[in-house]
Amino acid sequence: MTDAAPSRFESPASVREGLRSVAYLADEGIAGVVFLAERLGKPILVEGPAGTGKTQLAKSVAELTGARLIRLQCYEGLDESKALYEWNYKKQLLRIQAQRIAESEGGEGWDDIEEDIFSEPFLLTRPLLEAIRADEPVVLLIDEVDRVEVETEALLLEILSDYQVSIPELGTVSATQIPLVFLTSNNTRELSEALKRRCLFLHIDYPDIDREKEIVLTRVPGISESLADQVVRIVRSIRSLELKKAPSVSETLDWARTLLLLGIESVDAETATETLHILLKYQSDIEKAAKDLSATTAGSR
Amino acid sequence: MTATDPHLPRGSSAGLLESLSGFVKELRNAGIPVSLTENLDAVEALRHIPLEDRDAFKYSLAATMVKNNAHWKTFETVFEVYFSLRGREYRLGGEGEGDFDAEDMINTLIGAREGEGQGSAEGMTPEQLAEMLFRALMDGNDAMMRALARAAVTRYAGMEPGRPVGGTYYLYRTLRNLDLDSMLERMMQQERRRNEDETDLEERLVREEYEARLDALRREIEAEIRRRLVADRGAEAVAKSVRKPLPEDIDFMHASREELVALRRAIAPLTRKLAVRLARKRRHGRKGPLDFRNTVRHSLSYGGVPADPKFRYPRPSKPEIMVIADISGSVAAFARFTLQMVYAISSQFSRVRSFVFIDGIDEVTDYFKATEDISEAIHRINTEADVIWVDGHSDYGHAFEAFWDRWGRDVNTKTTVLLLGDARNNYHAAQAWVLGEMAKKARHVYWLNPEPRSYWDTGDSIVGQYATHCDGAYECRNLKQLERFVEQLG
Ligand SMILES: Nc1ncnc2c1ncn2[C@@H]1O[C@H](COP(=O)(O)OP(=O)(O)O)[C@@H](O)[C@H]1O
Ligand SMILES: [Mg+2]
Repeated sequence: MTDAAPSRFESPASVREGLRSVAYLADEGIAGVVFLAERLGKPILVEGPAGTGKTQLAKSVAELTGARLIRLQCYEGLDESKALYEWNYKKQLLRIQAQRIAESEGGEGWDDIEEDIFSEPFLLTRPLLEAIRADEPVVLLIDEVDRVEVETEALLLEILSDYQVSIPELGTVSATQIPLVFLTSNNTRELSEALKRRCLFLHIDYPDIDREKEIVLTRVPGISESLADQVVRIVRSIRSLELKKAPSVSETLDWARTLLLLGIESVDAETATETLHILLKYQSDIEKAAKDLSATTAGSR
Repeated sequence: MTATDPHLPRGSSAGLLESLSGFVKELRNAGIPVSLTENLDAVEALRHIPLEDRDAFKYSLAATMVKNNAHWKTFETVFEVYFSLRGREYRLGGEGEGDFDAEDMINTLIGAREGEGQGSAEGMTPEQLAEMLFRALMDGNDAMMRALARAAVTRYAGMEPGRPVGGTYYLYRTLRNLDLDSMLERMMQQERRRNEDETDLEERLVREEYEARLDALRREIEAEIRRRLVADRGAEAVAKSVRKPLPEDIDFMHASREELVALRRAIAPLTRKLAVRLARKRRHGRKGPLDFRNTVRHSLSYGGVPADPKFRYPRPSKPEIMVIADISGSVAAFARFTLQMVYAISSQFSRVRSFVFIDGIDEVTDYFKATEDISEAIHRINTEADVIWVDGHSDYGHAFEAFWDRWGRDVNTKTTVLLLGDARNNYHAAQAWVLGEMAKKARHVYWLNPEPRSYWDTGDSIVGQYATHCDGAYECRNLKQLERFVEQLG
């Protein structure tokens, strides 16, 4: 695509190092795909369970590259007027009212008004247009894209294909720089083949034990190495149970912070059981994990 | 594409592209849909990454060509087959170098202990090998573990060129000789000696860690065997022999235990989708969003008087689902799967009622509500639900009649009925009129049949008689078909 633009990263390894410097712990896959996206000028579709650092990845990449983060939070019912742009209806009406008054007092005519009210000052720029019009480097985060309806998805695809928007009254706006685009999805809906083809695909799962420990050490200041180690091992153990919702990285972090606040240096089965509600959302999951942990206590092998 | 193509990946040869095209072909053979554009994207991607970075190489291929996480395992296997040998040939990545060091290390270690300079990994006695493995596992020394995995394959697998035996056989032989279960116990004993006042929780966490290391060892042995098979027979032949169906293609009725696990994992996102679809309020008669631009333009001709910009969405009605599933022996595997699905749906979606039948029928909604544990629910259904009327052979006709008698009045215009079964009725009366009545009252009635369509209406299958009353009857033998059904629900 635009090989002319200076690359922001030297190698996948340098992406990983860079992200570490802004407190994001990536694995080879994450670093490799980010590197590639930047080189190819392609969007990344990031998929995976909730709370595994998908949104944070876009934020951290923006921080690392010094780019401006523009975020489009998706929801059911999101449409063009909220994603792309819309005309400031109220302001237009006020302008028209003002015009009428001016006219009745013998002012200028209606001639220019149409052109006037469909001009820049009346335009409400939404995230997609904002990203395309930006002069400076931009990271565009289209968060939880699986929530929008198919029609809106088609709109996104169109924009991600040519990075331009045509506004009938103003003409076509083309991107002066290709933004680095992250789309995240919790996979509640199958996205269209066309959108997937357009994107690089990155699945982020729960981190392995070493990476999760590093995340805890990085994000929970003051925690001891040994407590962090215990925390992530217990979390791994709990994730292996069949649960409605396994603990995510953010829940691991919440738990670690709580233990630290409680002044706990080493977790035993009782402490773990008493604080399970921080790690698990569903009562049934809590009971199941508690039962499992207490079986450990009772059962001498 | 030729070797002189200016777009060749940096530092690559025609050989790499050739492997790549074989690789892509195999991905497609395995069922992964790789489009032409995606294939070209992959080639383009390889221009940008340092080819000696094996991980980057692998993730570039995945990111450009594999857009579904359920396909990851298949991708990985194919990747191993096509590029693991190449990896060493080209000295791709640090892994090869690490192995080199490890082999040196083994030799040095053996030499040091035996007091002789020319010992090698292959020259070790079984006891020495076991001892070194034990230490490598205790220390979590990955490089050493990989080297020893190789040594173990050489020693125990008994691989011979051209021998028409699959990888599983060699894996089995190697693992039997290594006896990793005893290894785990030995590791735990050592751990207990080392740490006498360890709590139960600590001990359990240690055990899990050791198990994870042993798993890694098993995978390494498997990979090594595969590499040797590839060297012997070529990638294409090996790829073909290790090909397995993708999760979405596994047949519900004939799934192996291992496949059932894969299925269970794959079904979670699908049921979530199903629940979302079924719960989605039909926004019938919904108008498009108001066009502000037009409204304003229009208002100009009225001197700036706007049209009413307000817009009301009709209030959606709450749909309800009734699932009626055959759990007889002929569809046992399907039934287990079905129950899992029903469970998953009802945990996401409150208005689900579930019924199971053989020749009698019973409502089991509460079994699912009462427990959070799917296996417990299934156990209760199998032992407590009153589904046998006469002899425990499927009798759809009687079951449907009984359903209509007891619960027919609960079916209304908000109800979607899902019927699950093979409609093998043991030549009993069909009582298809029940479905006729049902279809009149319900919003929708769908039939999902786990048998191939070509078997329908053969022998004692009478699905056709029922299907005429349904909004649709669908072959539902695998997740792909189930997914297609879900998608068309709109
Ligand atoms: N790899 C990581 N490195 C550092 N922090 C992480 C990482 N993954 C997750 N986190 C933490 O977890 C929190 C939740 O991540 P988030 O990006 O919101 O999850 P998602 O978008 O996947 O649901 C983040 O705020 C961050 O603190
Ligand atoms: Mg998020």
